[in-house]
Amino acid sequence: MQFILDPWPWYVCGPLIAIIMFILIYFGKTFGISSNLRTLCSWAGAGKNVKFFDFDWKTQRWNLTVVLGAIIGGFLAHLYLSSPINIDLNPETVKTLNTLGFENAGQSLLPPELYSWDAALSIKGLAILIIGGFLVGFGTRYAGGCTSGHAITGLSSLQLPSLIAVIGFFIGGLIMIHLLFPLIFS
Amino acid sequence: MIQYLKFLFVGILFGIVLVKSEAVSWYRIYEMFKFESFHMFGIIGTAVITGIILLLISKKLKNINGGLMTVPKKEKGFTRYIIGGTIFGLGWALSGACPGPMYILVGTGAFSVIILILAALLGTYVYGLMKDKLPH
Repeated sequence: MQFILDPWPWYVCGPLIAIIMFILIYFGKTFGISSNLRTLCSWAGAGKNVKFFDFDWKTQRWNLTVVLGAIIGGFLAHLYLSSPINIDLNPETVKTLNTLGFENAGQSLLPPELYSWDAALSIKGLAILIIGGFLVGFGTRYAGGCTSGHAITGLSSLQLPSLIAVIGFFIGGLIMIHLLFPLIFS
Repeated sequence: MIQYLKFLFVGILFGIVLVKSEAVSWYRIYEMFKFESFHMFGIIGTAVITGIILLLISKKLKNINGGLMTVPKKEKGFTRYIIGGTIFGLGWALSGACPGPMYILVGTGAFSVIILILAALLGTYVYGLMKDKLPH
């Protein structure tokens, strides 16, 4: 059973993600995780003031259930289906990260330099998490989808808008990593 | 309740696959944008190829409700996709998490990611406020 505990290769995970999308379409729904952010705003009452959130969030309960499952899946995979691993990063990547102040790159899922409570509650760390999360939430609704809705579902159904959005994802990601990271972390 | 059980299972599968693929790792996203590994491109690439094939061969099949197996069509446009996509990409690279992994990471015990989710909710809310003033 060691192959379950080891990281799964990309050629297994990619098709499995497509199958997840396909199952949701078979259930008469669609694969789009970021929609839940809008649903949660609506659930919290944002529809009273803002028209964009004025819809019946209960029609989206199925998608919130997918999210609940994803949290449980994360818990199960991390606790029971993984042996402690080093992520097999490119040594070049590890070296560059080291110069940016990230030590022990790949020895955990998330860098403690950003996500340990000490880091997350420092002024700089908190600002990074809030700005990062804000950009994801704002950008995904502006673009009408995230990685699941555009990169997986949209590209699989050969939709041009999704290709444009995915190009946008990469423009943003490349600007952040190549131009802004050396300014933020040094 | 029972009708939601199937969605719960799909979600669990999704969470497991994303952890086991390491796609929830900040490091893997960084490495992807540095083009220093094929890993993430392999995941997304094989997902899209498999997705294209599955959608093509299922065109004539019916879904569980007896309807057609269809994917909602995105509105035509350019501006919102390129600008919105770029803003999303900036946040994705900085935080290392897109909306799915955010929840999944909380499941793995990374509770500081809740800050990210709250900020993403705020971002979504602000988009809703500004929507009519933004070019689409």
